[in-house]
Amino acid sequence: MNSPTVRALLVRGMLAGLAAGLLALVVAYLLGEPRVDTAIAYEESHAHEHGVELVSRSMQSTAGLATGMLMFGVAVGGVAGLVFCFALGRIGGFSPRATAVLVSGAALVTVYAVPFLKYPANPPSVGEPDTIGKRTTLYFLMIALSVLLGLAAVVLGRRLAPRLGNWYATVVAGAAFVLAVGLAYAFLPSVNEVPKDFSATLLWQFRLAALAIQLTLWAAFGLLFGHLAERLLAPKPATAVDESAAAPPVAASTG
Amino acid sequence: MAQSAAPAVFPQSSAAPAPITLPVRAIVPWAVFLGVLMLALLYFVGAEQGATALVSGENVHEWLHDGRHLLGFPCH
Repeated sequence: MNSPTVRALLVRGMLAGLAAGLLALVVAYLLGEPRVDTAIAYEESHAHEHGVELVSRSMQSTAGLATGMLMFGVAVGGVAGLVFCFALGRIGGFSPRATAVLVSGAALVTVYAVPFLKYPANPPSVGEPDTIGKRTTLYFLMIALSVLLGLAAVVLGRRLAPRLGNWYATVVAGAAFVLAVGLAYAFLPSVNEVPKDFSATLLWQFRLAALAIQLTLWAAFGLLFGHLAERLLAPKPATAVDESAAAPPVAASTG
Repeated sequence: MAQSAAPAVFPQSSAAPAPITLPVRAIVPWAVFLGVLMLALLYFVGAEQGATALVSGENVHEWLHDGRHLLGFPCH
């Protein structure tokens, strides 16, 4: 109910994010790295200039990749933990565990899936170096827009709930979100900078791997953080025997 | 009530369906402090020495190169 609870949730968010980042790192290493290597091989066969190698490939694909994945996991875990604090009890009568999974799913959709469908992840050698500024701006703009539209949809759903009931309010809010995202897709400029002879299969596999990484990250985060939040917020020995079975001396006492 | 090891225990019984709500006043300071910190972290993972650069050179970009591509950020 107070600041220590928020702090405890934040710490758990970052820890769950770290663990989820670790799982995502495994997926990235197994599914992603082979595609990055193939794309770099293509890049070098079409090399313009390639200056000194500042960081070796073996470092990039291990320690560098791990740095990125784990930092990303901790950061999004912390932010998602904060969003969870706001969402708990405000998006409907969901338990902490269910709220965590809903927040995680919403994050996957708004922060990744919606921007990805318009501006998908690109392997090395896809994308003109000259347009990096424009592409970065558009990508972050798309994330911001998608998150704002998602928030608006939640508010809309809450407003409609007394009139339409929870089910139809959710359906209408979801439809409004899809419509608004469709409009954003239609009006934002497209980016297509795939080199003519770049393998379509490789591009597809790279993007699937990128999607798998995010899916892993958010699924793991939602489940892990949900478990931790449930234990913190609802320590009910009567119903939670399955989880607190580690040391339950009082499990059967209260009624 | 057996209120075991949890640091935050609620006075009312949480068995009822009435959902717990954390007061906004308690969240905002954390949201400002940690939210900003986390967003700065995301900026370094996702965009530093790409479109914009606070640190000169290419080392940050090169070190985070693979993660940036695989996390979906425009890299170069």
